Amino acid sequence: MELRINGLARRIEADPDMPLLWLLRDVLGLTGTKYGCGVAACGACMVHVDGQAVLACQTLIGDIEGEITTIEGLGTPDAPHPVQAAWIEQQVAQCGYCQSGQIMAAAALLAQNPDPSDDEIDAAMQGNLCRCATYPRIRAAIRSAALRLEAG
Amino acid sequence: MKDDAAPIAGQAHQDTIHDSAIKHVTGRADYTDDLVEPTGTIHAYLGLSTCAHGRITGMDFTDTLAQPGVLGVLTADDLPGVNDVSPNGMNDDPILADGVVHFWGQPVFAVIAETRDQARRAAHKARIDYDALPHVLDPIAARDAGMGYVTDPLTLRRGDAAVAMADAPRRITGRFAVGGQDHFYLEGQIALAIPGEDDEVALHVSTQHPSEVQHMVAHVLGVPSSAVVVNVRRMGGGFGGKETQMNLFACVAAVAAKRWHRAVKIRPDRDDDMTATGKRHDFVIDYAVGFDDEGRIRAVEGDLYARCGFSADLSGPVTDRALFHADNAYFYPDVRLSSHPMRTNTVSNTAFRGFGGPQGAIMAERMVEEIAYALGLDPLEVRKRNLYQNGQLTPYHQEVQDQILPRLIAELEQSSYYQARRQAVLDWNARGGVIRKGIALTPVKFGISFTATWFNQAGALIHIYSDGSIHLNHGGTEMGQGLNTKVAQIVAEAFQCDISRIRITKTTTEKVPNTSATAASSGTDLNGMAALDAANQIKARLTAFVAENWKVAEDQVAFVPGHVRAGDQMIVFDQVIRAAYMARIHLSAAGFYKTPKIHWDRTTGQGRPFYYFAYGAAVSEVSVDTLTGEYVIDRADILHDVGRSLNPALDRGQVEGAFVQGAGWLTTEELWWDDKGRLRTHAPSTYKVPLASDRPRIFNVALADWSEATERTIKRSKAVGEPPFVLGISVFEAINMAVASVADYREPARLDAPATPERVLMAVERLRG
Repeated sequence: MELRINGLARRIEADPDMPLLWLLRDVLGLTGTKYGCGVAACGACMVHVDGQAVLACQTLIGDIEGEITTIEGLGTPDAPHPVQAAWIEQQVAQCGYCQSGQIMAAAALLAQNPDPSDDEIDAAMQGNLCRCATYPRIRAAIRSAALRLEAG
Repeated sequence: MKDDAAPIAGQAHQDTIHDSAIKHVTGRADYTDDLVEPTGTIHAYLGLSTCAHGRITGMDFTDTLAQPGVLGVLTADDLPGVNDVSPNGMNDDPILADGVVHFWGQPVFAVIAETRDQARRAAHKARIDYDALPHVLDPIAARDAGMGYVTDPLTLRRGDAAVAMADAPRRITGRFAVGGQDHFYLEGQIALAIPGEDDEVALHVSTQHPSEVQHMVAHVLGVPSSAVVVNVRRMGGGFGGKETQMNLFACVAAVAAKRWHRAVKIRPDRDDDMTATGKRHDFVIDYAVGFDDEGRIRAVEGDLYARCGFSADLSGPVTDRALFHADNAYFYPDVRLSSHPMRTNTVSNTAFRGFGGPQGAIMAERMVEEIAYALGLDPLEVRKRNLYQNGQLTPYHQEVQDQILPRLIAELEQSSYYQARRQAVLDWNARGGVIRKGIALTPVKFGISFTATWFNQAGALIHIYSDGSIHLNHGGTEMGQGLNTKVAQIVAEAFQCDISRIRITKTTTEKVPNTSATAASSGTDLNGMAALDAANQIKARLTAFVAENWKVAEDQVAFVPGHVRAGDQMIVFDQVIRAAYMARIHLSAAGFYKTPKIHWDRTTGQGRPFYYFAYGAAVSEVSVDTLTGEYVIDRADILHDVGRSLNPALDRGQVEGAFVQGAGWLTTEELWWDDKGRLRTHAPSTYKVPLASDRPRIFNVALADWSEATERTIKRSKAVGEPPFVLGISVFEAINMAVASVADYREPARLDAPATPERVLMAVERLRG
């Protein structure tokens, strides 16, 4: 099968029942997307399919129609996405492990809702656990990213 | 040129960003599972017991071995060296069960296969038969069943508590159950072992304690420690759960790597990780407090029963620390505190942020609450009346010398408008609606140092290469706390060069030997000092060289931003290093530090186990729905003491995170075992860590910027990892107040912890009669 991942068409030879997480991590070496719980309950494996946030651990590659974007494709150290830039500015990450999932969730939220309220942020982010409890800074970073995106 | 040129980027006391900040947010920070695997890497998966206590009568691996990709199975008989990962030499922590299983979920065997998926599926095909033995799950049942202790208990005494209790004008006794907590580090346990030549093996492990992994792997392989190298660049969270609990995984990977001579990775599923690894100890606390009519404590007696699990692990020092903090911030004139580290047929409990301290501190706050309700006082008034004064002795006979809580509490009381808000809460509750409110201000005084005095040492290694770039290594491990960043700031300031010149490198037993766990909040205190020692050694050599080469007196040589000044000459740092290399100056140094002044005699229960205390306080306000038991944290205000902060942004992050994690421990995080001994809360679907929506609606966090460590700590800063965890107690106390309002505060709510909505609802109904 063929999948578009981070702007590139990739020929994939794998079991269509393979969860996307393992394709990304074990086959393609895109390790920015993390394993957290394996049961779609922590958010660490969040990626985008056509801009929608999905959990890679429970998405079978045979079911995917659309372009996949991972944290590596969202932005780079030299050209960070506004959400990533806001994350650095607000010094959000502690251990960092959940943050790629948090950022993918935040980017998907802001793409759909450029000016979310606190309750809307909480609702959109409640599937993403952070054991370091960086939640106050995540919210501040989402606010900051919203301003960056608005400013273009 | 002037000395007061632009200051360097990243010096100490600045909000320097975490060294991995950019990598964290772009998916480029490598955790152990992200490292490029050596060709031919194979995978191990553990098989866990399905019996809480029983003799193994048979193990049949026929079906397991027939599965595709399976290379073999390891059992206790296949371990070449010692089958033990006990961190205290008690030899009671088998890697793989040997004849008897002691808890449901204990590792019994490991399957080795070409892929992780194959190993995992094959592990479930094994058949293990047990002859069940009686099992005991909770600490009081263990006491009554005569299960005994997993390690020696401790009693702290000062004065005569029994006599003082009898003489006290008032007395209250009670029992308080305080729950445990799963670490739920988002990155689970993981190890990758790579076999080397002869008896050598190298490992990458997500561990807070590389040196202990090294020792354990050496023991199970039967080789000297010098044959084993352990590396860790960063962890995806530790919280104490990787202080000893990864030893078992590293040992299994190392044994398999040597046996099959291929690289071996082991990473359990989340459910198995939660089932098979230890957690925060839950306690049942029996307390008695004697006090006078003004609420001043006269005497305290406490018996703290801990669910330790089947083995000692760190239960000795954890239950000791529970006693050390059973005073929280209050002076007990006459006191007896006894620990009871009970053996149970559950997973062996271990370190978790605070290390027993929070469980002790909450006993003090429960007694304060009892006193306040008995006398009709604001609990804050009782707290203030019982705070230590400098010169008073703790129950372990250490003199308190650095007390700052009276000022800190007064400032927080003002900045949070505590008095006005408490009155508003009382007025609100007086209207008698469904939603009740509570507000509480609780302090913390947290002792800093490992209570095992010999752990209070650290090493560091600095190289300056001939191009002027600096390689920094130390014995601490990075788990998100920003340790590497703080140590790099210290070194940058020492050499007066930008932090970007300093390469932070992975922790490895090859560079710094015999390290202590990065634990007890001590990482920066110890490793920062060791790194400063290394930097100062090189600076001394460079100073002598510059004085000679540029012909000035040594006191005319100074390190200034980007340069070294020799009299009135300014020499670019790189040029100094190049010249020093050509002149054959040694540009590498190993630094060392040991904490002074501390000593502790466990047999007498007396000494100075702590170098200093870190202080803080929090005010939390909650709303409780008395029809459902649900609650929200409306507001939290924290004022916390980190001495002279090395990095205020990182320190505030630690305070915020620790507070929320502490509140989670006491509210939503409930561990629940069924009567067969199965942990039924073993995934995020059933075990509830705080979510984005659980953070306080208003959250004001400040550092007490006037505080400075009275001891000569690294740049007069104080440790920060654990102390603010204790401030989560303010949320628990506020919930108790809201619940007590339904009976007009005639008695305290006496909630057990965690105060789950179910418990809150039951307490509301009990109080309403």
